[in-house]
Amino acid sequence: MRPVKAVIKERIIKQILTAFAFSSLLFLFLIFAFILIEGLPLFYKVGVQNIIFGMKWAPTRGFFGIFPMIVSSFLVTFGALVIGGPLGLGCAVYLAEYAGRRQRTVLKPALELLAGIPSVVYGFLGVLYIVPFIRIFFGGSGFSLLATSIVLGIMILPTVISISYDALMSVPRSYREGALAMGSTKWQATWRVVIPAAKSGILASCILGMGRAVGETMAVIMVAGNALKIPGGLLDPLRTLTSNIALELAYANGDHRMGLFSTGVVLLSIIMVLNYFANVVIKRNMSK
Amino acid sequence: MAYRLLAALLCIILLTGCGKGRTGEEFEGRRIINIAGSTSVMPFTEKLAEHFMLEKPTYIVNVQAGGSTAGIQACMNKTVDIGMSSRELKPDEKTLSEITICLDGIAIAVHPDNPVKALSLAQVRDIFSGKITNWKQLGWLDRRIDAVTREEGSGTRGAFEELVMPKDMIDDAIMVQDSNGSVKEVVATDPYAIGYLSLGMVDERVAAIAIEGVKPNVEAIKKKQYKIVRPFLYLTMGQPDKHARAFIDYVLSKTGQLILQKEGLIPAHEAR
Amino acid sequence: MRINPRLTDSFVRYFLNAQAMFTVGILIIIIFIIFIKGIGSCSLSFMLTYPEDMGRHGGIFPAVIGTLFLVVLSILFATPLGLGTAIYLTEYTKESRLTTIIRFGVESLAGIPSIIYGLFGFIFFVIKLRMGWSLLAGSLTLTIMILPTIIRTSEEAIKAVPRNLRMVSYSLGATKWETTVKVVLPSAAPGILTGIMLSIGRAVGETAAVIFTMGSSLRLPTSLMESGRTMAVHFYILAREGISMEKAYATALVLVASILAINIFAYYMMNKVTSKYS
Repeated sequence: MRPVKAVIKERIIKQILTAFAFSSLLFLFLIFAFILIEGLPLFYKVGVQNIIFGMKWAPTRGFFGIFPMIVSSFLVTFGALVIGGPLGLGCAVYLAEYAGRRQRTVLKPALELLAGIPSVVYGFLGVLYIVPFIRIFFGGSGFSLLATSIVLGIMILPTVISISYDALMSVPRSYREGALAMGSTKWQATWRVVIPAAKSGILASCILGMGRAVGETMAVIMVAGNALKIPGGLLDPLRTLTSNIALELAYANGDHRMGLFSTGVVLLSIIMVLNYFANVVIKRNMSK
Repeated sequence: MAYRLLAALLCIILLTGCGKGRTGEEFEGRRIINIAGSTSVMPFTEKLAEHFMLEKPTYIVNVQAGGSTAGIQACMNKTVDIGMSSRELKPDEKTLSEITICLDGIAIAVHPDNPVKALSLAQVRDIFSGKITNWKQLGWLDRRIDAVTREEGSGTRGAFEELVMPKDMIDDAIMVQDSNGSVKEVVATDPYAIGYLSLGMVDERVAAIAIEGVKPNVEAIKKKQYKIVRPFLYLTMGQPDKHARAFIDYVLSKTGQLILQKEGLIPAHEAR
Repeated sequence: MRINPRLTDSFVRYFLNAQAMFTVGILIIIIFIIFIKGIGSCSLSFMLTYPEDMGRHGGIFPAVIGTLFLVVLSILFATPLGLGTAIYLTEYTKESRLTTIIRFGVESLAGIPSIIYGLFGFIFFVIKLRMGWSLLAGSLTLTIMILPTIIRTSEEAIKAVPRNLRMVSYSLGATKWETTVKVVLPSAAPGILTGIMLSIGRAVGETAAVIFTMGSSLRLPTSLMESGRTMAVHFYILAREGISMEKAYATALVLVASILAINIFAYYMMNKVTSKYS
């Protein structure tokens, strides 16, 4: 029998650890609670439809419409996926199927280092190089949907690559070997067997990439132009939900600040939905 | 063990650091003055603070941004000693004491290579309200105007709207940047851009255009010919206390005003 | 016309290779540009001198210290919490409804974008808890932000420790806690350290959450309640305001170099772990 002191000590430690474990839930709760507390009242005061579907954002004059920003957030996310998705998938396929062991040990960390570069640096380089490039060769001021999509597309590459890679690697060897044994070329095997088998993981990587793009703030503020209208074309400036919050938070108070929290509520909802779908897709993959 | 070391470290950090640096307090025997507010006024306050602290080393002046509106709020909540504003106070903000430290013109600026050197006030109004969208409407080539404005809540924007377009709203399609510096960056790098910024920030990288025939410079403002002018205000809740007063007096003194003048601002006594 | 599948195969191989090279190329170009343009103004004295004239001249010392303090504090808060959670989830409970809920909490925290952390930190720590823009508010916010990473990596590291090690310890009469601390943790240490390093890398580069909780004062923060800048915030302000392109590049160089060094060190650690057990 262990001495009583030791048993009590063990019990106390277990309590502490339990408390620590629940802290994550506590923080999650706090975050949601405060964002909602600060953001929901405006929905009641001004009307949900006026905020979510309102076309005009002029909070000091009583207009809290964020619809153009919701659309813009989706547009840049889609644009980022168009640019980063295929490229990322290609890299993942190369890494998983074609790269030799040495190449892999060098390439994989290198590609993940891209994730370590801060978003402000991406934005900075975007302003200095991508924006003028677009202005000179395509037109407009350069601060545009195109610029934002390019920058975000590059930024989501690490996410898409690493998750797709994991998905591809988890396809059993037998699949590949079976296909090759039946006389297919490597590409035929990859394209017709491996990739479809890893389909849900790849899909999940795209959804998570979208989540990353929709939540990105600093780089977007620097290259998007922050205009309040829905962009009419690739070369028009736009403002996302995240930029809206970051641009005005420091200066806002009263209803204006509430409006920014309401923006936060909408943003959080979109992200939660995206994360939920990603998880559902991953779970489906696991149960296979 | 490692945990005890960690705990000890934590205690040391916590003990050395709690509660210092707040408004009106001492730190190592030096008095702290906290100032926050307009991003337009901030760089100049920083400069004044640098010189002030050299002259009076017993003071530490802490300058933060946040915007005119935030500075006004912080002042009302007494979280700072002095609030900075680059626009006139609204009626419900008038409970604060205001001191004009200088005047600043708002310049409408374009890229140095832009041939358009003068506009009428009505034209500026139409550009920013979205009625004029192409440079050919102003006598240049057929190219969309890349207009830039400040964000809502900015004192500069508030002053610009009041002085240039009190009845129209700034168009939604116009790009927004959140500081004088970033507006300047856009105008300096995009040949087709136009934006407004603090006159004190204008340098050779941008060209300030003449409005109603008057070039924006210190002389024109002194002669009241250039009309797009706003005061830089220092705000305090009630009368400033002895220490805030020390800084304000410095700013209003000959030395202080000279520093501001060198930066392209107009001394306070011209405000009459 | 049917294309020879062997032809397609070779073409695809080169195409995919090109994609991978292109992507790595982007990384190399980014690092190259920052290095070339920043090395001129960057030096040890740059990191140790105070900025003058809003950063137009001088160095970035306050920002370096600000970053250091912020990161150290965040890690100090997050490691016990994160490690404790990981230990609880792996050693002290079986998979159950409870653990699923906790895991859900952790995963959700991981998905929240940094601007929301900025919003939350601002309203909760800065305003409601009256901390003002301060090191404390900033580090508490960052703590929550890096918690999921630490929990995830610690859990994996702890799970990777072979069962028999624990069994041996128990059979010698050790308590659960003793086993955890004296046997499991030291074994899982490299993996845990990897997680901490990755979190440091993230914290150093973070801007949106920091600028609204720690503020952007140029002064050297000498206490927990003071505001200050991190290198990332300083860089952002320099770049946006066009204060000085050279200083901006130099700051970016210090920033990117430190993050790269941290990440590379983390990978080195991670490889040591995997090679240990394979």
